[in-house]
Amino acid sequence: MRVPLSWLREYVAVPDGATGERIAADLVRVGLEEEAVHGPQVSGPLVVGTVLTCVAEPQKNGKVQRWCTVDVGAHGAVGPDGRTAPRGIVCGAPNVGAGDKVVVALPGTVLPGGFAISARKTYGHLSDGMICSARELGISDDHTGIIRLAEYGLGDTPNGSDAIALLGLDAETVEVNVTPDRGYQLSVRGVAREYGHATGAAFTDPAILDVPKPDENGHPVRLEDAAPIRGNAGCDRYVARVVRGVDPAALSPWWMQRRLQQAGMRPISLTVDVTNYVMLAVGQPLHAFDLQTLRGAIVVRRARPGERLTTLDDVERVLDPEDLLITDDDDERVLAMAGVMGGAETEVTAATRDILIEAAHFDPVTVARTARRHRLPSEAARRFERGVDPDLADRAAELAVRLLVEYGGGEPGPVTDVDERVQPQSVRMAWDLPNRVVGRTWTRDEVVTTLVEIGCEVLADGEDLLVRAPGWRPDLRMGVDLVEEVARLRGYEHIPSVLPVAPAGRGLSHGQRARRSVARALAEHGLVEVLSYPFVAPGVHDALGLPADDPRRRALRLANPLSDEQPEMRTSMLPPLLDTLRRNVSRGNTDLGLFEIGLVVRPDGLDRVAPRPDVSRRPAEEELAAVRDAVPAQPRRVGVVLSGMRELPGWGGQGREADWADALDAALLVARTLGLEPTVTADDHAPWHPGRCARIELDGRLVGHAGELHPKVVEALGLPGRTVAAEIDLDVLVEASGGIRRAVPLSTYPLAKEDVALVVDAAVPAAAVHDALVAGAGELLESVRLFDVYTGRQVGEGRKSLAFALRLRAPDRTLTAEETAAARDAAVAEATARTGAVLRGAPAAG
Amino acid sequence: MTSPGAPAPGGLSEAEVERHVAEAVAAVAAAPDLAALKRVRLDHTGDRSPIALANRAIGALPPAERAAAGKRVGAARGRVATALAARQADLEAERDARVLVEEAVDVTLPVERRPRGARHPLETISERIGDVFVAMGWEVAEGPEVEAEWFNFDALNFDPDHPARQMQDTFFVDPPDSGLLLRTHTSPVQARVLLESEPPVYVVVPGKVFRTDELDATHTPVFHQVEGLAVDEGLTMAHLKGTLDHFAAAMFGTGIVTRLRPAFFPFTEPSAEMDLRCFVCVGATGEVEATCRTCKGTGWIEWGGCGMVNPNVLRACGIDTDRYTGFAFGMGLERTLMFRHGIEDMRDMVEGDVRFSLHYGMED
Repeated sequence: MRVPLSWLREYVAVPDGATGERIAADLVRVGLEEEAVHGPQVSGPLVVGTVLTCVAEPQKNGKVQRWCTVDVGAHGAVGPDGRTAPRGIVCGAPNVGAGDKVVVALPGTVLPGGFAISARKTYGHLSDGMICSARELGISDDHTGIIRLAEYGLGDTPNGSDAIALLGLDAETVEVNVTPDRGYQLSVRGVAREYGHATGAAFTDPAILDVPKPDENGHPVRLEDAAPIRGNAGCDRYVARVVRGVDPAALSPWWMQRRLQQAGMRPISLTVDVTNYVMLAVGQPLHAFDLQTLRGAIVVRRARPGERLTTLDDVERVLDPEDLLITDDDDERVLAMAGVMGGAETEVTAATRDILIEAAHFDPVTVARTARRHRLPSEAARRFERGVDPDLADRAAELAVRLLVEYGGGEPGPVTDVDERVQPQSVRMAWDLPNRVVGRTWTRDEVVTTLVEIGCEVLADGEDLLVRAPGWRPDLRMGVDLVEEVARLRGYEHIPSVLPVAPAGRGLSHGQRARRSVARALAEHGLVEVLSYPFVAPGVHDALGLPADDPRRRALRLANPLSDEQPEMRTSMLPPLLDTLRRNVSRGNTDLGLFEIGLVVRPDGLDRVAPRPDVSRRPAEEELAAVRDAVPAQPRRVGVVLSGMRELPGWGGQGREADWADALDAALLVARTLGLEPTVTADDHAPWHPGRCARIELDGRLVGHAGELHPKVVEALGLPGRTVAAEIDLDVLVEASGGIRRAVPLSTYPLAKEDVALVVDAAVPAAAVHDALVAGAGELLESVRLFDVYTGRQVGEGRKSLAFALRLRAPDRTLTAEETAAARDAAVAEATARTGAVLRGAPAAG
Repeated sequence: MTSPGAPAPGGLSEAEVERHVAEAVAAVAAAPDLAALKRVRLDHTGDRSPIALANRAIGALPPAERAAAGKRVGAARGRVATALAARQADLEAERDARVLVEEAVDVTLPVERRPRGARHPLETISERIGDVFVAMGWEVAEGPEVEAEWFNFDALNFDPDHPARQMQDTFFVDPPDSGLLLRTHTSPVQARVLLESEPPVYVVVPGKVFRTDELDATHTPVFHQVEGLAVDEGLTMAHLKGTLDHFAAAMFGTGIVTRLRPAFFPFTEPSAEMDLRCFVCVGATGEVEATCRTCKGTGWIEWGGCGMVNPNVLRACGIDTDRYTGFAFGMGLERTLMFRHGIEDMRDMVEGDVRFSLHYGMED
C-alpha cells in the first residue's frame, strides 16, 4: 500500500518535519513493514510556461520538430536590454501548440533517473530547456505528448510558477507491506489509524459523516444468494447511490489525480477516479454503473451454469456456479462479478451523465475464490478477500457522491441500503490472558484501555472481558488475537527475554549422528559436499539407459514446475549430481570428487490422494494414517561422483585418474563408517558400465551400486570420459547399524603371518577366493588381505594369480609352526574346493 | 723361570703396556671415520693386538707377578676401550649429523596428493544450530520434503480460502488434486511432531524447503530453513524472545541486538518478525549507513518469523489448549549464512561449485 504523506497528514496529526523514513520506522513498530519510501525525484527550476509561438520544422530524418518560444515569467532569458524574454525550446511532441500552458524544465533541472537538463544546440537551434511529458516527470507512463496543464485543471497558473510544488512532485510516499489478515490497512484511513497507535498522534476518521437515510424511491436491489459458501451469504449489504447529471467532460481535480498516481493508480475519468480515490481513502471498493444502461432491479445472485460475462478488460469469461454476480433485467443479465470486476456493457463511458454507485459488502471467501478462479487479482478483490468493514458501505458511497457533485456538478438521487448484516459475536477473554501469553504484568485497566483504543467495545463479566471488535477488524476472533493487539500497542520492545528450561534431552538420534559421520568421513576422504536442485527432466532416464520397467522411471511430477523441461523430482541422486559435476568442469574445476546426501522421491505408483481432514479437532488415527500414507517414500541417499585425477600428478609421481575403484571405495567407506561390512558382487545395472559395476549388499539387502558409468551414459550426458559414480541407500545402513556393539578381546600373543598365492580362472571373483580363505582358515585367522594380482605367461592364458597375506593369532597361546601351517593349508584347501584355486608353484591338479 | 727385574715376556712390562696403550689411543684419535675406527679396534683390541698378546703372556709369568701384570693389562684394555667408545660416539654423531643434512628435503614442496574434501557450509551451519539447541535439551526433528497439503497448510491454520495460502508460491504435485506439494516451509514438521508426541515438546527442525522463485542473487527455489517449536505449560513470548536471543548470540556472537516487531503468520498468534541490529554497519561504526548492503540502510536485518503457536494448530493436533501454550520460530539458513559470512550472491551457494565448499573446509 502506497500512502502519499500529504494524504496521511489529512487524517492523522503527523508532526511537522516528520520524514517518510521516520514515519515508516514508526509504522514498523505496530507491524506495518516498510517496503520503500518514494521521495522527490525532480529538482531544480521546473516552472510553468505558456507557449507563445510554435513552428513545425520537418527534419531530414522524416521527423517533425517544433521550434517554440515559451513565456516562463521571471525565469525568461535575459535580453540585451536587461529584461526577461521568452525562451526558445525545441520540442518533438505532436500535441504542443501556441497558447498551451506547459511545464518547462529549465537548464539545471534534474528529472527522474538523474536526467540533467542543459541548454544545447539541436536541430539548428539553441534549445534553452525542455517542455515535459508526464513520463519525463515520473507522474505516469504517458509519453504520447507533453503535459498541457489545462487538462489537469491548472490552466490558470501564472507563468514562472514553481511546477514542482504545483504538481506535488516534492511529495513523499511511504510504501508499506500489509499482512493478509489486515484488509483495513489497504487504505489511508487504516494506515493513519495505525500511525496514531504507533505514535499517539490524533487520528481523525474520514469515514465519520452524516449519511442520508435510505428511501423507497432508491434503485431497487435484491440479495438472492441461494448457495452461500461455508454458511456465509455472498453479500450482506448493498448500498446503491444515484447521481444524475454529472458533466461527462469534468476532470478530476489535479490533487486527486496526483494522489492516485502516487498511490500507484492511473487517473481515468472523474467517475472512475472518485471510486478509486474513495477506495484508497477508506478501504471500501466501489463500482460505478452507467445508470442509463441498467434495466430494472439489481439482483445479487450466484451464477448459473454456462453464464458468461465480458469484463471491463474485454475478456469473455465463463462463469462458475460459485461466482457471485450483480445482475439486472429480471436477473437475466450479468452486470459484474461481485467485488472482482465489472462488465463492459454497463461501464461508465465518456458520455455517461447518470451514475449508480455500488458500495457493497461481499463475503471474503466468495470473492477470493472468484478472483483466483478467473485470475483477476483486482484492487477490489484484494480488499474484499482480506475483509472490508461492513459498516463502511453507506459512508463510502456518500463520500463518492459528494465528490461527484462537487467536481462533476451532478445531483444526488435517492438512496438504497439493503442491510442484512449479522452482528458478529463478541470475543470472551480472561482479562489477564495477555499477561499469561506474553509474560508481562499489564493491569486490567491497561488491557481494557488498549482494546478500546483499537476500536473495540469492552464489557466486563467477572474476570472475563467481552470484547466486540470494530467492523474493520474481522481478524479479531479469539482471545490470542486480542493479546496480539495489546502486545502490539503496548510495544513488542517491552517483552522480556527469558530462556526456557527444556527437560533433559536425548541428543541426536542414531540416524542424525550416522549422517554426520558419513558426511564427515567422505569429506575427510577428499570429496566435496555439494547441494543440487532435485528437479530432473523425464528424458534423463533415457540418457541413463534405464530399462523401460525400471522403478526409477516412476517419478513424482510437479503440476507447476519452474521449468517445463524439469518437471520431475529425482528418483536417484545421480542426475542432478552429474549436472553439478558438469557445471564444475565447465568452470575449469576438472579433478572432482563430489558427494551429496539427500532425499529421493520414490512413488509406489498407487497414486493415492492425500485427504485434508477437518482441523477443528485432532483427526482420527485412520484419517491421519491416510494423510501420511499418501506421502511418497523419500529414502535418504548418498550420491558420489568422481572424474579427472584422483591423485594429482606432481613431484612425487604421475598421479592417478579416478576409476571405478574410487567410487566403490567411497561407497564402502559409507558403510564402514557405520561399522558395517557389506558384500560386493558384480552387477549389470544402469547407468553403470556392465563390466565395471559393483552391487553392494548387506545381509542380502541391496545397499547400492558403485563403479564406472556406461560409456553411452557418459556420452549422452556430456560428462568427462570415465566418470565414476556410486549411490548408497543411507536408510538401509542406518537401520542395520546403531545397536550396541559387543567388545572383542585383543590377543597379545605373537602374530603368525602366512602369504599364499593362488591361481584361479580369470573369471573367478577375488571376493570368492577371499571368502573361501576366511571360511577355511578357521578361528585362528585374524585377517586376510589381497596384496597382489598377477596375470601373464607364468600362470597361463585365462588364469590369474591372487596373492593373499594371512594373519593368524590365538587368543590364549603362541601358535606353533604346525598350527599355522595347518590353518593355512585348510584355507587353501577350502579355496581349492570352492574356486578351483591352485597354490602357485604347485603342480596343477589332474 | 725368569729373575725379577728381567723384562717380562710378551711385552708385559709397565713401559711396554703404556706404549701399547699410547699407540692404541693415538690410532683411535687418528681414525678419520667409522670404518678406520673399526680397523683400529681390530688392530689394538683384536686377538692379535699387542695388548691381547700381552694378556695371553700373563700365564707364563711367575705366579707372584701374575696379579700385578693382570691388573696392568686389564687397566690398559679399559683405557683403550674407553678411547674407542668415545671416538665411536664422536664419529657416529658426526655421521648422523652429516646424513641428516644430506637427507634434508624441501618442506615447502606441495604435499597434497589427493584433492581436498569439504562439507557444504549450509549443512555444517545446520548441524551447528542443531548443537546449540541440543545443548539446551531440545531434540532435532525432521520430515519429508514432498509433503501432504494438510500438514503444510491445513493443520497450520492456513484457511484454504485465505490469501495467506496463496502467498507461499507453492510447488504442487501433479495431478493438482493429489493433496501433495513440496513443503513451503519446515513448519509441517510442527504438526507431525505434535501429533506423535505429548508435551513437553522442544524440537528444532532443519530442512530443505521449496518455493516457486526463479534463481537470482537473492532467491532460490530450493532453500533451507530451521524451525523451532516448544510446547509446554506456561510458555510465553518472553520465553520465545529468550530463546531467540540465545540463538542469535550463538550464531552471530554475544552482544548481538535483537528486536521483535508485529507480523502475521496463520500458525502463530501473536506473531512477530525477528530482526537483528545490523552488525555490518551499526556493528562497525555505531551508525546506520545508508549504503549498507546487508541491512539496506535500515539498520536492521530481517532474520525470521516467530510467534506463539496458534491455539487452532494445537487443537488440530489434539493438544489441550487450556493447559499448554507454545512458541515457534523459523529462519532461512541461506540468509543466515549470507549475513554471517558476507556472501553476496545466493547462486554461489546453490550451484554446487566446489570452490564454494572448499573455502570453508569442514566447518562453516
